[in-house]
Amino acid sequence: MTWIGRRLRRFEDPALLLGRGSFVADRSSTAAAVKFVRSPVAAGTILGIDIPDGASVFTARDLAGTKPIRPILERPDYRAVGQPLLAVDRVVHTGQAVAVVVGRDQADAEDLAEQVYVDIDPSAAVVDVDAALAEGARQVHAEAPGNVLVEGRMKTPGLDQAFAEAAAVVAITLRSGRQSAAPMEPRGGLAEFDPASGRVTLTASVQMPHMLRTGIADVLGMRETDLRVVAPDVGGGFGQKMSLFPEYAVLVWLARHLRRDVAWIEDRRENFLAASHSRDQVFGVKGAFAADGRLLGIDADLRSNVGAFSCYPVTCGVEPLMAFAELPGPYDFAEYGVRSRGVTTNTCMMAPYRGVSRPMLTLTMERLMDVAARRLGIDPWDIRRRNLIKHFPHKSPTGLVYDPATYLEAMEAAEQRIGLGEFRARQKRLRDEGRYIGLGVSVFSERSGYGTPAFAARKMQIVPGYENVDCTMDPSGYVDVRIGASPHGQGLKTALAQLVADELGISPEHVRVISGDTDATPYGWGTFASRSMVIAGGATKLAATKLADKIRLVAATLLEVEPEAIELADGLARVRQTNRSLAIADAARAAYHQSYKFPAVGAGLRDTALYDPGGTFSNACHVAEVEVDIGTGGVSISRFLVVEDAGVLINPMIVDGQIAGGVAQGIANALYEEVVYDDAGNLLTASFADYLPPTAAEIPEIDIVHMETISPATVTGAKGVGEGGAIGAPAAVLNAISDALSPFGIEALEMPATPDRIRDLLRKAGISPHG
Amino acid sequence: MAESRTFTLNINGKAHTVNAAPRKSLADVLREDCGLTGTHVGCEHGVCGACTVLVDGKPVRSCLMFGVQAEGAEIRTVEGLAAADGSLHPLQQAFWEHHGLQCGFCTPGFLMLAVGALEENPDMSDDDIRDLLSSNLCRCTGYQNIVKSVRVAAAQMRGQARS
Ligand code: FES
Ligand code: FES
Repeated sequence: MTWIGRRLRRFEDPALLLGRGSFVADRSSTAAAVKFVRSPVAAGTILGIDIPDGASVFTARDLAGTKPIRPILERPDYRAVGQPLLAVDRVVHTGQAVAVVVGRDQADAEDLAEQVYVDIDPSAAVVDVDAALAEGARQVHAEAPGNVLVEGRMKTPGLDQAFAEAAAVVAITLRSGRQSAAPMEPRGGLAEFDPASGRVTLTASVQMPHMLRTGIADVLGMRETDLRVVAPDVGGGFGQKMSLFPEYAVLVWLARHLRRDVAWIEDRRENFLAASHSRDQVFGVKGAFAADGRLLGIDADLRSNVGAFSCYPVTCGVEPLMAFAELPGPYDFAEYGVRSRGVTTNTCMMAPYRGVSRPMLTLTMERLMDVAARRLGIDPWDIRRRNLIKHFPHKSPTGLVYDPATYLEAMEAAEQRIGLGEFRARQKRLRDEGRYIGLGVSVFSERSGYGTPAFAARKMQIVPGYENVDCTMDPSGYVDVRIGASPHGQGLKTALAQLVADELGISPEHVRVISGDTDATPYGWGTFASRSMVIAGGATKLAATKLADKIRLVAATLLEVEPEAIELADGLARVRQTNRSLAIADAARAAYHQSYKFPAVGAGLRDTALYDPGGTFSNACHVAEVEVDIGTGGVSISRFLVVEDAGVLINPMIVDGQIAGGVAQGIANALYEEVVYDDAGNLLTASFADYLPPTAAEIPEIDIVHMETISPATVTGAKGVGEGGAIGAPAAVLNAISDALSPFGIEALEMPATPDRIRDLLRKAGISPHG
Repeated sequence: MAESRTFTLNINGKAHTVNAAPRKSLADVLREDCGLTGTHVGCEHGVCGACTVLVDGKPVRSCLMFGVQAEGAEIRTVEGLAAADGSLHPLQQAFWEHHGLQCGFCTPGFLMLAVGALEENPDMSDDDIRDLLSSNLCRCTGYQNIVKSVRVAAAQMRGQARS
């Protein structure tokens, strides 16, 4: 029996359940407290900064020796803009850090910060993406005429022909509000100065420790070896904690400058003002369809509001260029034209958030299919059936190669399970009673396990993607696995232990996974983009396989047989088909203490492996059933089905948890959450009273079904699964709302589809809801 | 700023004498002055519930209460849930078995919220449980495994109450 595939409970949990987790704020109470003074306006010139007498306050002038954060894409259409650690001369978004205060404790720092007066001459702000693109719009950065920071364009030669021959051309425009990843633990860091060595240890709530070390060392002009970055327990990230933020560089600067320990624990308001946001996209697409519903081509104009800066290391290209490359999704069509722009505005920087562009591009394709189906008089499931990719490997119009998946099969499994006939009958019956229920489907691909080729294709100067894993068995037979990935709630340590246990024939409890410490782990790229199980998992498996070979060699020598005759299981190295065996721990002991006997192994039991895959595509079909109250405009979700194919499931319990959590965030995107700025660029949603993550009352039970395509594209057979829930759910929910409201012909939905917005649409359709 | 005050809190059955400013929240006093960092702070404005503790048996947002106000009350935090021999409380065990946590940041708040309610009434229906749990936020789990964990623990606590 293997450990892979078991719903093993997580090794991470007992400490967290007992209140013995160790988050950054749990470690920082003896350090001096840092508070940032932030811009109260979205745009303007700094005229002066008044500092209370004797207070420990620093501004850009003190940081003159530092460099701005300025990530690069090596493309002619990219405009690099720098983000200074503290604002220099001008501010470009509300909440931008202008000064930093060091106090005895948090309360003292906050009191001092309130006495720092920043005199700013405000200028008009550019907030909305289309306003920023308008002729004559005020420029946010001198480097970026027209406010465009990056622009991807392509057009296949047959596109015009496809539109000329189309039986129907369907044009739609989709819009997503701005969302915050809103991890329950905000950002925070503790920078500890070691007077003996001059080194600083930055313990911070981050997803990408090695990258952070490089980035901070670069902007501060210090040696990387003088900095250690540790990610302790991290209270959720979802992408928000993967970028280099100025606050962390300032902390390290302060620790070195003041030669003392300093800590910054962000509050929720700051997190909304200055961490990072995502979504805020407007996608206009035209689809050319044949009379039988076949999609011939797409022409797309995609606009992403990227905020005031470009996030490091992935840059502001992350959303527009992902949309550019991946819009075709699970559909097989040849002709594609696209213009995808990243537009800078006087708003908080955008950075990756679970799904990155794919919630919007899935919404776009899935709304297009539904609208086209209605226009052509085809069943929505049938139009998808005709267009889904069925032959693999498939090459998309943008050159992406899709590995085997189950786009059609997953959809048909969902169709079966949801009971379409029964639903339609119920829908009709309820409509007669004045109640409006609807069913929405969404089929999508989730590209995951992006190795260096995928990022290099974006022309990133810093190209993430590979993972190195170091696997060491100690003389007592226990294993340490050192990874560059940096899990923060995903249960990766348990899943990797399962992988290693199977390779080495030991219990997963004998495997310890070490992550999140640049002093203790190989250089790697942290945890983001559903990469950890695929890439760190792949490298772990490869390293463990090599280690297993060494153990077999040692055992074979001691048992005087050929290594091929040895199998590793149940903690034993056994000679196959005999009852002769040796405890693996004894083999380990021998490898260290009698190494002269095993010249081929070298001393000890340790091996490493590198894995850098080309990438893989998971796929899923989501189905939502909703009821819309046409009186209030309120939407409730009564059923939610996910049919998911993420290849081999290492720990199905963890996979289901990822899906359920992702779907909840997708539902939030569809119905509830929106970061709102007013026209002057003031943030109107800076608390959980205004920004509304759903609770247990809004999120339905999620029914999850798995399919398992064994893809040759990954060494473990596992495909990424972290983001799919968030990617597919918005489209399913919006399609369901549109289905519910189909008697009124309501199609132009916007996210989040709040009661206000739905009432507005009903009013325009001539229905008068209450209020 | 007001002077610090010395006061004594009864936490998990133990007396903690602290010297803290009157304006300091109970959450901060627990975390910084009593070294009980299992209680987490996620918003400091009373919405997320990560800071939930029991004060005289009732779930309370410890970020919305001053430490000094808790003088004389019986306070319970996540650190006091497990038995003296270290074995997990049925709720903790259920969260572990049913994957009721991912990052674990919200977990102490959910545990204290649920334990307070279940001790008062282990006979909660599924709807009651959902309703109760909707007072706290979790960003990772999508809630269903939290609901399931509480449901399982409730059944167990009912059993214990009867035996
Ligand atoms: S920290 Fe107290 S409710 Fe959020
Ligand atoms: S487990 Fe992460 S917030 Fe609930």
